[in-house]
Amino acid sequence: MLALLAADQLPPVGPATGAASAAWVLVALPALGALVLFLGGTRTDRFGHVVGVATVLGSFVYGVVLFVQALALPGEERVRDLPLYEWFGSGSLSVEFGLRLDPLSLTFVLLITGVGSLIHIYSVGYMSHDEHRRKFFAMLNLFVASMLILVLGNGFLTLYLGWEGVGLASYLLIGFYVARPLAASAAKKAFLMNRVGDVGLALAIFILFQQLGTTQYTEVFARAGEMSTGTLTAVTLLLLLGACGKSGQFPLQAWLPDAMEGPTPVSALIHAATMVTAGVYLVARTHPLYDLAPTGQLAVTIVGAVTLLIGAIVGCAYDDIKKVLAYSTVSQIGYMMLAVGLGPIGYAAGLAHLLAHGFFKAGLFLGAGSVMHGMADETDMRRFGGLWRHLPITFGTFTLGYLALIGFPFLSGFYSKDAIIEASLGGSLTRGWLLGGAALLGAGLTAFYMTRLMLMTFFGAERWRELTPRRAPWDPQAESEARPQAPEAGHGTRSDQGSTPIGELDHSAPHGYHPHESPSVMTVPMILLAVGSAGAGAFLVIGERLGGWLEPAVGPVGEVSDAVIPTGLVPGIASVLMVLGAGIAYLSVGRKPVPVERPARVSWPVRAARADLYANAINEGLVARPGLWLSRALVYLDNRGVDGAVNGTAALLGGASGRARRTQTGFVRSYALTMLGGSLVLVAALLAVTLP
Amino acid sequence: MSPTNYLLLSAVLFAIGTVGVLVRRNAIVVFMCVELMLNAVNLSLVTFARLNGSLDGQVMAFFVMVVAAAEVVVGLSIIMSIFRARRTASVDDANLLKY
Amino acid sequence: MSALLLVIILVPLVGAAVCGALVRAGAGPKGDTTAKTVGFVVSLVELVLVAVVWAMFVPAAPTRFQGELSVAWIPAFGTRFALGIDGIALVMIALLAVLVPIVIAYTSFTRSSEASAATGRGGTGRFPDGRGAGGFVALMLSLQGILVALFAATDVFLFYVLFEVMLVPMYFIIGRFGGARRQYAAVKFFLYSFLGGLLMLGSIIGIYVASGTRLGQASFDWTTLQHLAAQLPLSTQIPLFLGFFAAFAIKAPLVPLHTWLPDAGAEAPIGGGVILVGVLDKVGVFGFLRYCLPLFPLASQSLAPLALVLSVIGVIYGALLAAMQTDMKRFVSYTSIAHFGFIGLGIFAFSQQALAGSSLYMVNHGISTAMLFLVVGMLAARGGSSRIADYGGVGRIAPVLSGLFLVAGLTTLSLPGTNSFVSEFLVLLGAWPREPVYTVIATVGMIFAALYVLWVFQRTMTRPLRGEAVLGGGPGAASAAALGGVSDGGLRDMLEDDASARARARFGDLTGREIGVLAPLVLLIFLLGFFPQPVLDIVNPAVSATMSEVGVADPVGPNGVAR
Repeated sequence: MLALLAADQLPPVGPATGAASAAWVLVALPALGALVLFLGGTRTDRFGHVVGVATVLGSFVYGVVLFVQALALPGEERVRDLPLYEWFGSGSLSVEFGLRLDPLSLTFVLLITGVGSLIHIYSVGYMSHDEHRRKFFAMLNLFVASMLILVLGNGFLTLYLGWEGVGLASYLLIGFYVARPLAASAAKKAFLMNRVGDVGLALAIFILFQQLGTTQYTEVFARAGEMSTGTLTAVTLLLLLGACGKSGQFPLQAWLPDAMEGPTPVSALIHAATMVTAGVYLVARTHPLYDLAPTGQLAVTIVGAVTLLIGAIVGCAYDDIKKVLAYSTVSQIGYMMLAVGLGPIGYAAGLAHLLAHGFFKAGLFLGAGSVMHGMADETDMRRFGGLWRHLPITFGTFTLGYLALIGFPFLSGFYSKDAIIEASLGGSLTRGWLLGGAALLGAGLTAFYMTRLMLMTFFGAERWRELTPRRAPWDPQAESEARPQAPEAGHGTRSDQGSTPIGELDHSAPHGYHPHESPSVMTVPMILLAVGSAGAGAFLVIGERLGGWLEPAVGPVGEVSDAVIPTGLVPGIASVLMVLGAGIAYLSVGRKPVPVERPARVSWPVRAARADLYANAINEGLVARPGLWLSRALVYLDNRGVDGAVNGTAALLGGASGRARRTQTGFVRSYALTMLGGSLVLVAALLAVTLP
Repeated sequence: MSPTNYLLLSAVLFAIGTVGVLVRRNAIVVFMCVELMLNAVNLSLVTFARLNGSLDGQVMAFFVMVVAAAEVVVGLSIIMSIFRARRTASVDDANLLKY
Repeated sequence: MSALLLVIILVPLVGAAVCGALVRAGAGPKGDTTAKTVGFVVSLVELVLVAVVWAMFVPAAPTRFQGELSVAWIPAFGTRFALGIDGIALVMIALLAVLVPIVIAYTSFTRSSEASAATGRGGTGRFPDGRGAGGFVALMLSLQGILVALFAATDVFLFYVLFEVMLVPMYFIIGRFGGARRQYAAVKFFLYSFLGGLLMLGSIIGIYVASGTRLGQASFDWTTLQHLAAQLPLSTQIPLFLGFFAAFAIKAPLVPLHTWLPDAGAEAPIGGGVILVGVLDKVGVFGFLRYCLPLFPLASQSLAPLALVLSVIGVIYGALLAAMQTDMKRFVSYTSIAHFGFIGLGIFAFSQQALAGSSLYMVNHGISTAMLFLVVGMLAARGGSSRIADYGGVGRIAPVLSGLFLVAGLTTLSLPGTNSFVSEFLVLLGAWPREPVYTVIATVGMIFAALYVLWVFQRTMTRPLRGEAVLGGGPGAASAAALGGVSDGGLRDMLEDDASARARARFGDLTGREIGVLAPLVLLIFLLGFFPQPVLDIVNPAVSATMSEVGVADPVGPNGVAR
């Protein structure tokens, strides 16, 4: 019965024809760019950025063509499969490498290549002084190609390929400034925590294969109802683990803020707009499974709600502009997870917020990059202030992004976030209050920390006038070889005290800050993103444009039932909370002078938030240290126990032989005596045997 | 004919030879004691040959004599060269092959 | 084809004899150079011949073996010189044929070779006593001939003889051309393997006698013994199985029989290490597949838990120990122990996917370990040390080396898109339906794989320049050391640039020849990552045959498990 139900809801999967039959070009273009730039080496240094931008732009143009083609098709024919070849197979397993073109994947294609193109262009300017710019573009292209495989794959294995591919690209780009110890350990941390999630994803795939004998979307989704509810719950929870790893959701959120060690365009593209939303994509993509597993959905909503609060709370305490934005990202993705966990009523809302967030958060990060560009790579907001006069374009675009993020009426966040809050208020009384309450509280906190960021950066006294730019402590002995997890330990606090990279842009005069506006190659993408931030929400949400477009992929938009607060009131309440949050921020940092040194004596909630709500400490205490102890014990066991037993046996044999050797005294007469004794024994034995 | 006396004499000679080999240090004397042991065995071989009325034992005794003669040649020359090198004929001093 | 099989055994052996003669006759560098060239050409000829065999091989053939050949050897015992290959043997022979030219080229013609005068500081990483590469090449070719014959043997006694004989060239490769503790490592390697071989000999005699009593005619023929398996009761199979199992568990080291491998791997010359870990250890895994499973199906199934536990322990144990190693060559050895755990899990989980995954894993691990060993060798040749602590920030002064190190690391941690991923995923996917608990533990091992690879990469390649091997003892090191106390930005930049330039000049990035040695491996890594199916097509029929010989059915049908 369930099987029939599930199969009924899914539109038929047709073959990809026309322009779509060459959809692999979408992936191939950036992949080719990456290949050329990696293999070309320094020969391609001069035009590397052109190759990088051109290939991604090409993909974007082709993506638009595919989008238009799909729009022309009737709704039920928009889900198409493009099998390419058999990747690997054995026995009953056959893994197909192919692409799935449906409204969901095309939406992501447009987001990835669109925002990706803008950020590529921005990077041309941002990285212009870096001698490794070509390598940067190669890695960025690798990321775009992997991300496209992730969203376009037509089976779980293809998804997994893209899933770990973006993990690799993220690793490479976080660690782009190879000389910085913190970048290296942040990159490793990101990859490891992602791998924890990947294990969940892998196990989910194992279960699906065992249950259904296939890993392709079409068959898995069509036959999802054949699995028992318990199995479905297990699968969905494991998928959620994968989503948590990639999207920086609780309890695997600790890597995302550290990932800000990477160049700022990377933070904008990978760690804000696209890769970290892959978890949301995963839940939306596998909605036929989640729709049959209420427990799995509940877990998604809980994770989303908890994470959005964690992100918002910690974001209030940081002084590092990129880290505040990073925690804001964690929090906003929490909103999206909350939405897609709600089922049909939330998919469209969550994805609308995802797209809107892609615009305004990318814009905010690029703005932050522009500020750093003008401020000698400083990221500590306490050393900013009054910058609006010096960076007018950045200020303008940043303000639009800010207003969109906090949900200022009629900008993107207003529509997309309210849709999520409305959806979360449904269901049973406790559930509605808890989830809806968390979402509303998060909206207020968002307004607080973002207003604080705005005030500290662009308004108030020009605190940087009396300061000289700092440099990072470059100490080869900073990291102890003996303590492997040491770099992670207390990492958050260390970098928050202001890590200013050596490798990053450096064209500041030796003394004093000289804030200046960025070149137009950087400001134009920011302006475009700001426009998107302002309009995307209204465009997507009003009239359920996105919901209608996505319907073939994620099903029709459901109606909110039994909302604990009338949904009509939500925009009003959210706006009130927003004003409240912004007002408190104004009272605490806008009206008082901001000290340049971070106050040490603060209340315990601030201390806890500064320590990432002890996420790193918990990881360190529960995983890293016991793991290290275990490893040390095993090394001891291996050297002394296993190898000791082997070498001990050898030593025992050698020792015994040495003892026996001592009987060879060299005295002929003692040999003769031994011989005599031996003969006597022999004779005696002979007699004893024969006599009786 | 009773072999008892012959065998007793043989045993006594063998015992004397054995003790001589064990207790004397002079290589020449040790050598002579070994000869004594060989001859004690020869005596018993001849005795049994006589007793059984076959020649096997006597043939064996001749073999022993030949081997003993060869041994004397080799052995004495070794002793001579050791003596030349070390100015001693004591067997206890020639312990280079220990351990 | 059977004649060709004989040819691919004889070509490297003849080549080895010629090289050996050249080294002796030429007396000095001249003979050595000729020997190296001849050896390289021979290994390339062998590669072409194996490619021909590959082309002639028919995956869908109905017979168990192809190219069969059988000549009476010792008629009194009924031993025969019998050859024949199935898919698994073919891919192993092919792997060997690919790796040997690479190893010979690395050792003979590159800057980082141990035989090169340009190598290392103070003699570290050099062949002892200034030995040339000619002798090494001769030993390598003889090892190749023996291994090809071993993979192709279909007579159990012939297999045993070759199993023991292959120790001889490897013993000399380690003992003559290895590092400081080469004698210890060589003897340890030999004793371990020899002990296992003797236990196997006991089992071989046992099964020979059993075949005599049950069939009336005692035999060493693999096919005959395989048919005998149906008649042997479990109580007879278990001790016989254990003899074989012990030999193979030592060879493909399962914890706790593994401690010879880190020593041998660390002390062997780089080229020797590649073949030792890449192919020679696979003889153990190959033995599980070809001898343990089909000859003793009942015992294999009843003792599978033992093998599974040892394998899964190996996955976690090898990974944790790899993470804690201070020496890069020992590190590579321990990663291999973890990977052998995966392979063991795949073999004793008895499913089509897991067995095929394990067979493919044998090839993929050979490639990825070769890559890792060679890159480590190139790094160690430059710094004159294989201690991890002696390096830091190499990525800045040798970007190509660093990039290829990362590629080697990524295939070691089984990143999708590289060759290892397909095999590791197949093993786990296939093992899950039958052994969920072990599979979960092994899957967690994937995290540790990422940990040890990235941690080593982080310590050697990223971060500021550091380490004696990188900075040397000269003024560059002094200026780098002075950096810690300098607070003035401009001065620090100057000092840092100075240290970096000196290190770059001393160190140098990979040369064209070194890249040429690694290029085929990189190509294979990605080719087999995206297009593994041609190899799987060769392996699959052999795996199906093994499954039916064991008498187990695939747990997952085309529509999943029956509900």
